[in-house]
Amino acid sequence: MATTASKLPKVAKGKKQEDVGQIPQWKLMVRRFSQSKLSVGALFVLGVMYVIMIFSDFLAPYPHDVLDSNNAFAPPTQIVWGPEGPGIYGLKQELDMERFQWIYTPDPSVIYPIRFFVQGHEYYFLGLFPSRLHLFGVEAPPEANARVFLWGADKEGRDLFSRVLKGSQISLTLGFFGVFLFVVIGSIVGTASGYFGGALDNLIQRLIELIRSFPDLPLYMALAAALPLNVPITVRYFLITVIIALVGWTGLAREVRGKVLAFRSADYTAAAIAAGASHWHIITRHLMPNAMSHIVVVGMLSIPGAIGLETALSFLGLGILPPAVSWGILLRDAQSVQAVVTYPWLLIPVILLIITVMSFNLLGDGVRDAVDPYA
Amino acid sequence: MINFIARRVVNMFFLLIVVSFVGFWIIQLPPGSILDVQIQRLRMQGGNIPESMIQALRDRYGVDDPFYIQYWKWVSRSLQGDFGTSFETDQKVAERIYNRLGFSVTLSVIALVFTWLVSIPIGVYSATHRYTWPDYIITFIQFLGLSIPGFLLALILLITASRLWDQPIGGLFSPQYADAPWSIAKVLDFLRHVWIAIVVLAIGATAGLTRVMRANLLDVLNMQYIQTARAKGLKESTVIWKHAVRNAIHPLVMALGTLLPALVVGETLIAIILSLPTIGPLYLDALRSQDMYLAGTILVMLSALLLIGNLLADLLLAWVDPRVRLE
Repeated sequence: MATTASKLPKVAKGKKQEDVGQIPQWKLMVRRFSQSKLSVGALFVLGVMYVIMIFSDFLAPYPHDVLDSNNAFAPPTQIVWGPEGPGIYGLKQELDMERFQWIYTPDPSVIYPIRFFVQGHEYYFLGLFPSRLHLFGVEAPPEANARVFLWGADKEGRDLFSRVLKGSQISLTLGFFGVFLFVVIGSIVGTASGYFGGALDNLIQRLIELIRSFPDLPLYMALAAALPLNVPITVRYFLITVIIALVGWTGLAREVRGKVLAFRSADYTAAAIAAGASHWHIITRHLMPNAMSHIVVVGMLSIPGAIGLETALSFLGLGILPPAVSWGILLRDAQSVQAVVTYPWLLIPVILLIITVMSFNLLGDGVRDAVDPYA
Repeated sequence: MINFIARRVVNMFFLLIVVSFVGFWIIQLPPGSILDVQIQRLRMQGGNIPESMIQALRDRYGVDDPFYIQYWKWVSRSLQGDFGTSFETDQKVAERIYNRLGFSVTLSVIALVFTWLVSIPIGVYSATHRYTWPDYIITFIQFLGLSIPGFLLALILLITASRLWDQPIGGLFSPQYADAPWSIAKVLDFLRHVWIAIVVLAIGATAGLTRVMRANLLDVLNMQYIQTARAKGLKESTVIWKHAVRNAIHPLVMALGTLLPALVVGETLIAIILSLPTIGPLYLDALRSQDMYLAGTILVMLSALLLIGNLLADLLLAWVDPRVRLE
């Protein structure tokens, strides 16, 4: 928010301004950004989330898609201290005929120890290196019903902790790439439109007008519904990214066009033209650097919306499809009020999603204030 | 002014034609149609179906026609008020849509009124009490309202409400009121069912408008005529409400046109979560079952609503601010 900066006491502001002319601009930006404590906090939270996402397969004790009817809706496992360090009890599953719910009672006779750096299911670290190493796992014979559910299990007995980790690989990246793609398209098209003008500009503006005549969410839904269903998850991931970009670039392109139009009539551009500079030189040397801060800010502020959009589409059954998992898929389980009231841990993905979206908003605000450090 | 209106209306009309064409094209993109599903179902029920019957069905729905003929059939019938028969239920598309569109617009209008009633006074308070604790709290709540996606908020409110008290889930009325004539009790029952939707719809818009109101009023309060008004010895409340707010409210008038369609659209997701029988869930079902006439009609209708809203906003702006007309 613009207010974050103006809230600062006047004295501190005056003091900072003494050396403004002497230090490079990027240092001023970093300084202004770090003045906003909330934005720095948000950056830290997001940093932690993304590091966890990178190591998610290593941190997840179980595969995200293995069904286990013996543990449907099993509550978060209680960790106990046994003779060999931390461990868990086995669970006994009973059906409460009255309320028709599964009831789990821990069996304290045996403690199954939790081991660290164990071998488990195979995964590809960063999608490249095969590995079986996991941070932790329970050592138990196959016949014992002893699995560790840090955040409980869903209705198919799948470990929610592992599913949230796996889902972050899609939810934390898809919106990001979608925004990256539309920032690239929007800047190129907007610059071309503003710089060359004429028929090209007219054509592009009509196209933007057409796309913006559709209400956005229904348009996203219609496009997502048109995607082929029987494709691998990576292809679908890519297609959804493209959809986000296809609709999203229009706003940015308009703003960039406006900026470029203004810069184009500036004296330095006229001087460059008079000196015989090529179009390419003028665009990359004079127009783009000036518009860049604006482009970065719009991009940053669009990320939370794009993440929310992916979640919404997956939630509606039009985005990422099971058996692949994203946070939107996990929200589907939290849709039923009865289920959530009985099994509150199903809400964990919702909370994580809100934290992510808010952190991106705060970060975007900080960046917006920081790109104009002279203000 | 008439010239301006005429130009805008003609422009909108052309845009609407192109939008309907593109919209219909997107909707019919996925291969297959709901007819395949229906034939499948008939086969399961009745064993073998004669080829002639399938062909008759295909002809009736025009499944084999090329795209432009399908489009032309759909448009020419729509213009006569006949939006076709939905594949899925054999009901008239128009009936299904109007029922639900009515509720959608009702909800959105209530949310709109709510937004205005809340955001103007709060925006004014926030601007006149800048950098005080209430202002910080208002700013913070605004931030929450803008940054939490509406459907997550709806989910949380619904769960909280159903935990704390007996919150009815889904539907617009309790069974005993469903067919009853309108009365105070029925209106209250209606509000009890839809308050979450209204609050969630209004909260994002309110947060945005409050912020705009605050920023505008702060600009206006620096103007010289405000100083003059104070120097004349006018009461502070007169200065604020008569001189300042009137000049700061223009963008809010403008927002009126864009807000209504935005609310109707925003309601899509929220209605699905709260299982309210409005246009959103119908659209989702139509998309999923590839009921292309129904989905296409809804998409184009929502676009038309958006275009008309934008037009209204432009006209209002031209009326409020004469400078716009000259461009």
